[in-house]
Amino acid sequence: MTGLDVAFAAAGTVAAASAVLSVTTRHVVHAALWLVVSLGAVAGCYLVLGAEFVALVQVLIYVGAVVVLVLFALMLTRAPIGPNEEVSASPLHRALAAVLAAGVTALLAAVLVPLARVVGAVRRGGPGTTGLGEQLFGTWVWPFEALSVLLLAALVAALAVAGMARGRGAGEP
Amino acid sequence: MSPAVEVLVRTVAVLAAFLVLPLLVGQTEHKVMAHMQGRLGPMYAGGFHGWAQLVADGVKFAQKEDVTPAAADRPVFRLAPAVGLVPYLVALAAVPLSPGLVGADAPASAVLVLAATAVGILGTLMAGWASANKYSLLGAMRAAAQLLSYELPLVLAVASVCLAAGSLSLTAIAGAWSPWWLLWQLPGAFVFLVAAVAELQRPPFDMPVADSELVFGAYTEYTGLRFAFFLLAEYAGIVLMSLLFAVLYLGGWKGPLSGDLGWLWTLLKGFVVSVLVIWMRVAWPRLREDQLQRLAWLGLVPLALLQLALTGVWVVATA
Repeated sequence: MTGLDVAFAAAGTVAAASAVLSVTTRHVVHAALWLVVSLGAVAGCYLVLGAEFVALVQVLIYVGAVVVLVLFALMLTRAPIGPNEEVSASPLHRALAAVLAAGVTALLAAVLVPLARVVGAVRRGGPGTTGLGEQLFGTWVWPFEALSVLLLAALVAALAVAGMARGRGAGEP
Repeated sequence: MSPAVEVLVRTVAVLAAFLVLPLLVGQTEHKVMAHMQGRLGPMYAGGFHGWAQLVADGVKFAQKEDVTPAAADRPVFRLAPAVGLVPYLVALAAVPLSPGLVGADAPASAVLVLAATAVGILGTLMAGWASANKYSLLGAMRAAAQLLSYELPLVLAVASVCLAAGSLSLTAIAGAWSPWWLLWQLPGAFVFLVAAVAELQRPPFDMPVADSELVFGAYTEYTGLRFAFFLLAEYAGIVLMSLLFAVLYLGGWKGPLSGDLGWLWTLLKGFVVSVLVIWMRVAWPRLREDQLQRLAWLGLVPLALLQLALTGVWVVATA
């Protein structure tokens, strides 16, 4: 076990544990805050693996924007202090979710565990920020652009949906 | 120096800067604002022109009772000041004063600083929600809406400078700086300054803490040291953004005698920018919520995109 192994295991454990807490807590806002811990710990995993830029973007986008947006939406609608029984799922839903999660975990483990055996100990490596940029805007530029168009379409559609809802409202200008 | 000692020295130095520089900016604000408004400001504490006023304030805050409201969500309420404050400490560690004088020289320090400041908003949101107070919740929501809107132009403006320098490291960006940037990156610099003041929720962008409407926004229920931490976060934010502006747009340590006194140039330029930030507080009335959003989305974002395009075209044309 090297120091990097220990750091990676620690970050991974924190990510997994806070993810479990995030889906099991009855406090809606606490769930979002545990998500922050989980996403931050995933950024820590990237950092241990030497992908510094990916880690920072993970923090900037997911912690700094996405979760803030989630919290904002929660506070705009309904986020009481204390456990919120209304949001809890039925036993059937829980069982289904557990089966689904176990399935995904098994699938990922089936792919990743043999890979881990090949790679061995955790190493800092990867292409670095420059290499990442070259890969992203060279080899992977088409998927990248397709994703951008997809997001743009979603944005325009969201505006259109909001606009239509306003048009139907009675007496609204 | 052994690595452990070096880490310790660097940590202590950054912590000292983090505690001293905000006090300097705060005292400057007291005096500059007072003189701009035709009064004297604090004059008694410490004797000479009230220099110890903020130290006395700190002692006062430390003596106050630390109250947690009965209806509050205790753990979140108590954790919020730390979440609001620590990101600025992390960000300040990555800002270089001269090529060799930096707390932690990260290769992508420009992104690190942006990511750290983006986390700071979580502290305000947590504080506003956990206080169990309508004013606090409203303040936190205003803060979240404002910070999400101004995050985008800020990131775009920094991206433009990174593109111009061809690096994500603040040290390399200031190294690549030339006086021509003052003109070339002027729209980006303007966007950065406005968005930075809005990120700090400073007047004229202080809608989230508008005292006549929301008491003190998300921080209404806080007392004692926890409240002081939020104030410290605001002033540390001014220090951070001013130093960042100096490094990104004013060439940081470049100037006469920059070999030996480069760090002094960075501090001096940063200080001038923070006086400008204080001046903005005195000069303009508070913007309304819709005006805030309009300025961000219809003014700053297009301007920042234009600057990004301009930088891109110039970099490609001269490459």
